[in-house]
Amino acid sequence: MTLIYILGMLLVAAGAYVAGRQKSASFAVAGGGLARLHSLPSYHGFYVALAAVAPMLVWLIFWLLTAHRVVDAQAIAALPANLAPTDGLTYGARLREINQAAAGVRLEELQPGVAAAGEALNSWRVVADWALAIVGAALALLGFAWASRQLSPEFRARNGVERWVKVMLIACACVAILTTVGIVFSVLFETLRFFSKVPWYEFLFGTQWSPQTAIRADQVGSSGAFGAVPLFAGTTLIMLIAMLVAGPVGLFSAIYMAEYASPRVRSIAKPVLEVLAGVPTVVFGFFAALTVAPFIRSTGEYFGLNVASESALAAGLVMGVMIIPFVSSLSDDVINAVPQSLRDGSYGMGATRSETIKRVVLPAALPGIVSAFMLAISRAVGETMIVVMAAGLAGNLTFNPLEAVTTVTVQIKTLLVGDQEFDSAKTLSAFALGFVLFFFTLALNFIALRIVQRYREQYD
Amino acid sequence: MTDLTVSSAAELAARKASPEARARVAKRYRSEARFKAYGVAAIAFAAVFLVVLMTDIVSKAWPAFTATHLAISVTPEAADVDPAGDKSRTSLARGDYGKSVRAAFQAQFPEVKDRTARRKLNGLLSSGAADELRDEIISDPKLIGQEIKTRAQFSDDADLYLKGAVTDVDEEKGAGVATPSATSGQVVIETSNPAFQADLEKIKSDLSDKARERRSTATRLQSLLDGVLADRPVAETELKAAQGTGDAGRISIATAALGKVDSDASSLKAQVETLTAEATDFENRFKDSSGAETLDEKLPSRLVQINGGLVKVTSLAANRVEGVALTPLTSQDAAQAGQWKVLTLETPESERRVGDQEIAWLETLKAKGVVSTDFNTGFFTGGDSREAEQAGILGALVGSLLTMFVTLAICLPVGVGAAIYLEEFAPKNRWTDIIEININNLAAVPSIVYGLLGLAVFLNFFGMPRSSAVVGGFVLALLVLPTIIIASRAALKAVPPSIREAALGVGASHQQAVFHHVLPLAMPGVMTGTIIGMAHALGETAPLLLIGMVAFIVDVPTGFTSAATALPVQIYLWSDLPEVAFQAKTSAAILVLLFFLFVMNGLAIILRKRFERRW
Amino acid sequence: MDTTTAVASKPAVAPPPAATQPDAAPKIIARDVNVHYGDKHALKNVTLDIPEKAVMAFIGPSGCGKSTFLRCINRMNDTVASAKVSGLIQIDDQDIYDPSLDVVQLRARVGMVFQKPNPFPKSIYENVAYGPRIHGLARNKAELDQIVEDSLKKASLWNEVKDRLADTGTGLSGGQQQRLCIARAIAVSPEIILMDEPCSALDPIATARVEELIEEIRRNYTIVIVTHSMQQAARVSQRVAFFHLGVLVETGRTEKIFQSPNDKRTQDYITGRFG
Repeated sequence: MTLIYILGMLLVAAGAYVAGRQKSASFAVAGGGLARLHSLPSYHGFYVALAAVAPMLVWLIFWLLTAHRVVDAQAIAALPANLAPTDGLTYGARLREINQAAAGVRLEELQPGVAAAGEALNSWRVVADWALAIVGAALALLGFAWASRQLSPEFRARNGVERWVKVMLIACACVAILTTVGIVFSVLFETLRFFSKVPWYEFLFGTQWSPQTAIRADQVGSSGAFGAVPLFAGTTLIMLIAMLVAGPVGLFSAIYMAEYASPRVRSIAKPVLEVLAGVPTVVFGFFAALTVAPFIRSTGEYFGLNVASESALAAGLVMGVMIIPFVSSLSDDVINAVPQSLRDGSYGMGATRSETIKRVVLPAALPGIVSAFMLAISRAVGETMIVVMAAGLAGNLTFNPLEAVTTVTVQIKTLLVGDQEFDSAKTLSAFALGFVLFFFTLALNFIALRIVQRYREQYD
Repeated sequence: MTDLTVSSAAELAARKASPEARARVAKRYRSEARFKAYGVAAIAFAAVFLVVLMTDIVSKAWPAFTATHLAISVTPEAADVDPAGDKSRTSLARGDYGKSVRAAFQAQFPEVKDRTARRKLNGLLSSGAADELRDEIISDPKLIGQEIKTRAQFSDDADLYLKGAVTDVDEEKGAGVATPSATSGQVVIETSNPAFQADLEKIKSDLSDKARERRSTATRLQSLLDGVLADRPVAETELKAAQGTGDAGRISIATAALGKVDSDASSLKAQVETLTAEATDFENRFKDSSGAETLDEKLPSRLVQINGGLVKVTSLAANRVEGVALTPLTSQDAAQAGQWKVLTLETPESERRVGDQEIAWLETLKAKGVVSTDFNTGFFTGGDSREAEQAGILGALVGSLLTMFVTLAICLPVGVGAAIYLEEFAPKNRWTDIIEININNLAAVPSIVYGLLGLAVFLNFFGMPRSSAVVGGFVLALLVLPTIIIASRAALKAVPPSIREAALGVGASHQQAVFHHVLPLAMPGVMTGTIIGMAHALGETAPLLLIGMVAFIVDVPTGFTSAATALPVQIYLWSDLPEVAFQAKTSAAILVLLFFLFVMNGLAIILRKRFERRW
Repeated sequence: MDTTTAVASKPAVAPPPAATQPDAAPKIIARDVNVHYGDKHALKNVTLDIPEKAVMAFIGPSGCGKSTFLRCINRMNDTVASAKVSGLIQIDDQDIYDPSLDVVQLRARVGMVFQKPNPFPKSIYENVAYGPRIHGLARNKAELDQIVEDSLKKASLWNEVKDRLADTGTGLSGGQQQRLCIARAIAVSPEIILMDEPCSALDPIATARVEELIEEIRRNYTIVIVTHSMQQAARVSQRVAFFHLGVLVETGRTEKIFQSPNDKRTQDYITGRFG
């Protein structure tokens, strides 16, 4: 239905455009030339088309957001009293049954009242569809009539259309704001609900994480322990390993590329880093889990070490490699932004290249490099697929890189994938973790971007 | 300060020429070289990693691009394949084709009568082995009752063996004349000269190798065990202390810790014991010089191919082997030198998923020339499956395509619109500053947070369909929007203001100037940014997991709202499966994904090169 | 802006001081025009009449406000967010800063040629046809072709480009590009053409051709030209206005200003003491 409606909208738009265009062209013929019109005929057309389609679109969005709720409610209301749902969970279950009945699937297994409700659902759906079509058509007609009455040779159709376009452009720019608002609210509400079940201090400072099973009888929430410290520790451990790889390697490759590399070397090395940056994280995760982890395990065993098959080391190493291009390209930018005059000053005194880099370039670029590292840390903390595939699930509180640890992102994914219990502390805790993750990375990014900005201004 | 006054200019010059100074310069140059080497090492590290990654994936993916089939003649019975008896499409679609194929397959091994052995034999074929037959019959029902030459797919394990991924097979032509004692059951093969001397020596050395290896592993585990046992008193003290305080939480933690120590210790102890026993056994067998060697499932299997049958060796001496016929021999005639051979399966039977019996059957089929290896079209035309050999990526590919379509349809207009507004029309004020900072920050928000957004807003609040391409597309569109806005703004900024002025000068309105002149000139940059953003979206996995695109979905999605999965999610799902054959499928799916990313990024580079304009 | 309406509501516009009065009927009338860029007072109380179908040259040292004033005449300053214009500017007795006036229609009447030739990176034909198209000046393709040809002829570029109208405008030489820009401005049949140092990026030969062109077209258009070159002002203009530090110092017939300026500053500038 929606598709037909959208097609209808396109047709209405085309028709209104042609009508508006012709009407204004007729002014031109009557009044001697197009130049007498304030706006070109096509703008008249666009104006009329917009006026006809815009209300249709608003109505469609409204309909999409509300109609299915109304229809569902009517179908539920058609259920006999003994089947009426009592809470959110049974509401959903009933609705599924009614939908099956409406689609004619497995009718024989369903209770008789449900079949009737299924018919009610079908008939209400028809009503809703007709409502969409009829109201849409009426709105289109109204809009069309209103706009085409305005047309005259002096009518400023272009200004009208441009006002519309500007509103649309502003709306586009606001999507970014809406996204942030959406993120903040979606994590905030659920987090607050979580903290009404589990106290925030237990979440932030507790050292036991096992959301699936109760450890002690007196545990709040009674579905498990929600002390997130092991997750923070695990995340930190993997992040540190990753930064130990990505930091030096990224920085040195950036220095080499910016200060030493000949154009030929650069033409090879740059694509290598770009390809590395373009590899999807799920591929790194696969490589970490199936190649690097077994390799580390067998190497460790060779030296008589007991290595977990999902060691933090494997995930951290591969994550480090993933971040190398990120660190190197950001560092490359800041190193290149150091003015040549500073280098020349140092060379002029007989300093070698490495001395110039160590004594002059790096100190000058330090704020930029620090912020590059901060952005890299935020990237490492928020990375999901590598740790989901290569790190563990158990919340071990350890800093031994050979043991399995779990991270914030792994837990979010584990808690939310699969069947979720509506409203349980377990599900909500994932949003609380998301809240921590979002605000931690946001703070890191914000500070880093500020540093970069100030640094840029310094040399601009 | 006295120093400075003393050192006159001449003295300083002398210092610069002194031997110490020269040594210092040499040292400085060495440090310079070292520093440069660090840079080279860093780049080399990244390059080597990339090469290893690619080689690893390509080598793993290789087997997935081919499929092995059995050429077979089947006579489908009408009663099986056409249950309704009217040759209608619906009736034929419900028919049992596997029965006909299995019957034809078993006819190739008439000696297999025992039920478990038959099941084993049937296990060599895929559960979808009859698919090709079904397609043929549905397209031409007249074939029912006739003999049809068709292809049946092998199961994943058989497939892997035929591709050589299960074990290395060493083939050696037999020396001397060999005479078998029977055609089936227990068989003794005598040879005219000590043909098995080399094998005997090989087995001896294998035994000593394995014994050594078991011993060293046992020693390593023993040291670990000692370590664990040494930790036990600490855990015990902690538990006692905890019980003393009466803190329930501390007690539970301490109890858990002690339990872990004990379970670790007992499992390690058991492993050490098994290993030591095995090592001792191997050592004894190595020392035993009675002449005949018993082969078991811990040693490489040896099969003697003679007179059209295969004999699995159970005991081996220099000129005499005893064994069991896995496939029957045609006669007891003596086989001349070179007419028979010995197959050595390097991986011991206990360490592989395909047993000697299955290998014998497969080798027989191979010898008959009915096994073919072709390009695996099913991988590109099929949906997901629980059976590794039938799993294809078409479903995931279509899912990705639909998702990308939604993403592009949203993020291109919205992204370009936002960029145009911010770059061309927005007044400079607090509000636009906030939008700008906001966009920069959004670009660095972890992708999984967008998954939370999708889950909370699109699924729970708006009630959009779970697992669908449309929700995936929405989430990914929001995810790449900042990238596209930033790239588009940069492209718009790069168009010189003189173009705007020229348009305004002839009386174009501001919007006409932007849409007629600035935007078309910025378009290559916008497209490059968009393609890079889309490539990013194509490889993104985490947010899709949260909105339910991880479901096991066999059917190829038909619309934007039907349940779908995406290519990277499929990779994640497959990588989690234990079957070895899925590893190859995962790698192959990765190659397909990388291929698309490669094409997209290549397109972006070409666009940039082709349309780059310097002002 | 607020003062604009106040002045515009007056029944008649007071004539400027006698010394600056033009011979012909004024096409453009400016009264007490002030421009601020943020805190910077770029143009101070400029009052000036610009005669119809003649060339008026604005001269003065860099940063004296002559370009700023030029850009007020077709409201190009609107595109600079920080610019604030006050005072009155009328074209044919119509206040061009009247809020109800459509700036787009104003610019269709007042064409502009910029300092650096800035053809659109499109074909020569498209460059000229763009203006007529957005203003709906041609009824059909044949008329549009005619407009393009006439404009290119008037800009004396037709003979050089008639065989390659589909080539891009950016491929022409600098002088040709600038004449293309003039053709582009002519194509919308403006009444006034503003030229902002149109020859500063050209070599002497190209400059000569553009000057010839100005001489040819001045019979049909009111032309205002900003120039750095005293000689150019003397060659092409009938009237001159001398700006200094945001103030209109002196205006009058070209020969008069060059031979016997009233103001000491004009005298010093013309004789090359500064600028």
